[in-house]
Amino acid sequence: MEHRTSFGVPHRKMAMWVFIASECMFFGSLIATYLAYEGRSLSGPTPEEILNIPLTSVSTFVLLMSSLSMVLALDAVQRDDRLWAKVWTGGVIFLGGLFLAGQVYEFTHFYHEGLTLEANLFGATFFVLTGFHGAHVTVGVVWMTTLLVMMFRGTLGPDRATDVEVAGLYWHFVDVVWIVIFTLVYLIQ
Amino acid sequence: MTAPNEARAEHEAEAHGSRSTYWLVALVLAVITLLEVAVFYVPAIRPIIVPVLLILSAAKFVLVVAFFMHLKYDRPVLTRIFAGGLAVAAGIVLAMMLLFGAIGPGTGH
Repeated sequence: MEHRTSFGVPHRKMAMWVFIASECMFFGSLIATYLAYEGRSLSGPTPEEILNIPLTSVSTFVLLMSSLSMVLALDAVQRDDRLWAKVWTGGVIFLGGLFLAGQVYEFTHFYHEGLTLEANLFGATFFVLTGFHGAHVTVGVVWMTTLLVMMFRGTLGPDRATDVEVAGLYWHFVDVVWIVIFTLVYLIQ
Repeated sequence: MTAPNEARAEHEAEAHGSRSTYWLVALVLAVITLLEVAVFYVPAIRPIIVPVLLILSAAKFVLVVAFFMHLKYDRPVLTRIFAGGLAVAAGIVLAMMLLFGAIGPGTGH
């Protein structure tokens, strides 16, 4: 029996929501810093010159679809559909990896174009914000991989669906943060 | 917690959306993303691009949080916890932008 708070919510789920609330403040600070310094760089490259909207649009779509895969993985675990639980969890890992590959390509391209952490205010705030987001995606991919290993070992059934739900909350939050970054950093220049 | 309360809590925890709902939400999210990119490339929308993009982004945000994170179906206390963090984050963003003169009197925003 899962331990629950006095609100009837499993302790770990409640803890994850409190963590997510604190993460809102963390990413809020990074986004605030990016917006406060926006357009104040004394030298290039500028966002208008360097940001690749088509590539980032595809990355955004990939991350949104990974959220769909995540919620379907949870649904499969709750129904004790072990095959589809593995398929959808594998999907999250694949799509998360694809998003990270896109980010690595983008960062490498920017570096060769002269945009580094030290180049200007845009470089500093952009790399810190998107870099921390990428680090969160990486943690999510590692977390999902551990869940997939547990599924293959047969130790993750409906009785442990909260494990997947808590991981899913984290993954969806990372997706939600990207929704905000995509709009504020890439589209509104 | 009493036995009926435990049963109710478990039922509510499992009362999430259906698979067809999840696919529909994903489709709407994809369409909104397509709209966002289209808006970015249409010069006629330039004067109102910021509010349009903010509204589209907010719609995506709400859809993911409500359906994929199950806040629509879950206990209201979880929504309040999330809204609290979000309110502080919004306050930080607004305060920083005001302090640095990115918005406010004389900036045109």
